[in-house]
Amino acid sequence: MEQVLFRHNKPGRPVTFAEYQAEGGFAALKKGLKELSPLEVQQAVIDSGLRGRGGAGFPTGKKWSFVPRDLPGPRYLICNCDEMEPGTYKDRVLLEANPYSLVEGMILAGYAIGCEHAFIFIRRGYETAAMNLRRAIGEAREAGFLGRNILGSGFSMELDLHVSAGRYICGEETALMNALEGKRANPRSKPPFPAVKGLWGRPTVVNNVETLANVPSIITNGPAWFKGLAGIPEAAGMKLFCISGHVRNTVCVELPLGMTLGEIIDGPCGGMLQGKKFKACIPGGASTPFFTAEHWGVPMDFDAVAKAGSRLGTGGIVVFPENTCMVAATLNLTTFFARESCGWCTPCREGLPYVREILTRIEAGGGETEDVEILREHVKYLNYAFCALAPGAMGPVEGLLRLFEDEIREHVVKKRCPFKN
Amino acid sequence: MIPDTLREELKARIASAITTREAAVDVMKELQRHYGWLTDTAVHEAAELLGLSTLQVEELATFYEMIYRRPVGRRVIHVCDSISCWSVGCEEIMAYLQEKLGVEPGGTSADGMFTLIPCACLGNCGEGPTLMIGDTLYGRLTPERVDEILEKERKVL
Repeated sequence: MEQVLFRHNKPGRPVTFAEYQAEGGFAALKKGLKELSPLEVQQAVIDSGLRGRGGAGFPTGKKWSFVPRDLPGPRYLICNCDEMEPGTYKDRVLLEANPYSLVEGMILAGYAIGCEHAFIFIRRGYETAAMNLRRAIGEAREAGFLGRNILGSGFSMELDLHVSAGRYICGEETALMNALEGKRANPRSKPPFPAVKGLWGRPTVVNNVETLANVPSIITNGPAWFKGLAGIPEAAGMKLFCISGHVRNTVCVELPLGMTLGEIIDGPCGGMLQGKKFKACIPGGASTPFFTAEHWGVPMDFDAVAKAGSRLGTGGIVVFPENTCMVAATLNLTTFFARESCGWCTPCREGLPYVREILTRIEAGGGETEDVEILREHVKYLNYAFCALAPGAMGPVEGLLRLFEDEIREHVVKKRCPFKN
Repeated sequence: MIPDTLREELKARIASAITTREAAVDVMKELQRHYGWLTDTAVHEAAELLGLSTLQVEELATFYEMIYRRPVGRRVIHVCDSISCWSVGCEEIMAYLQEKLGVEPGGTSADGMFTLIPCACLGNCGEGPTLMIGDTLYGRLTPERVDEILEKERKVL
């Protein structure tokens, strides 16, 4: 199968700068800066249909186009590598194998939006990825791909790495900007959107690692080629899927968007672990509603997954076997979100612990029939939170209510968890 | 008091930032590396270096999972308790560590060697259950492997 992001991977070690270049790396940068205008680079990304790989799936080129071009003063580009969505490890795998596609993609993105200073915001704990990036940035600078007047194009850009200290909310783009500025990472209100007023109040684009790393291949091979990589006509490009839980091979793989859930689990994952039967999965990271066996044939693409009641999210698939208590699984997820809430707004700060308490009670056998309705109301209410954390946290709760209401009621009626002896 | 060499290094880091406080997380991390945790003295030193009030440093220090505002053991064990690790048995691993070290979550072993803390997803979901000590990730944990890791980490210092 054609590989784009994983094309340069070497077994057991990262690709070197020399190897990456020998295999066609940085050709896109040369082409972009020498043959294309910034607007042409942006147009190629728009035409490619590339959508954000960090969770929200917003069209990348369109996001770039919101940056005002005629405004004097600095513009910023931020790569969001605060990969803390439970079940997600694709950006780590990518950067441990190859930091160069990201660096090259960032220079092209910076050229497109007229940015002179870009940042990579990386989470704590990704030490190998951070080390690879530091080396790659140094090598790129040495080769004249970063710094003043890159490749004689007149375009200049600096690239810095910021290593965080661990907090989920930093992955929310406006919270991330506060974190980068050295402020407490509470989210900011939108509007104004970052493209207009972002880092230090300046126009800013925030893109995910995988999104930016796809840009060089689009410039080299063209938008039509990129679009055609997907498995279904409605989708565009490849996607990194990282699978965990009870499958035979818990792998991170690059697959055409639009492969079905069943094809992914039976294919690269080698099916379920011996003796286990599939019950449910999280299709795209901790904030996405569950899929069950009835979703086996859903094409894994943004629109198809949304139509089936969930979100493609980050592509982090967590697989649960038959003996999993879905109340307990949802309780684990809610506990995570309640702890990671930044506490800034009331619905999230107070609502999530309340939902956690109700789920704890149900799981412990003390639930009441009306708890189901209270949970359902909270799925609605928490949409009024300040940022996307609380609505995301309600994703699995909504899925639990829609797909496993019988299982909740069984806890209530039996006054115990039916999965525990 | 931090040594002058560290102070100069931190001043240089701050000087390279676009705005002074942009370097706050880096400064806190280096001070923590020096003291073992972010002591009250360290908070004062960070505030002075960054031109912030101690309260402003405090609101950053208490925000991040990897900044410790209380004394910790010589090695801090962060055990992932998020969904992928949960599905493959992190609760059993946490219980085993609690028993083995004789501590509750957040506690430090009597010999001052290990502090045990549950933490958010470490991004090692395919290799769970997972824990992190210092900069090292350990995956596919079993009680036997936990014993080996503790032995190895004891010898690091």
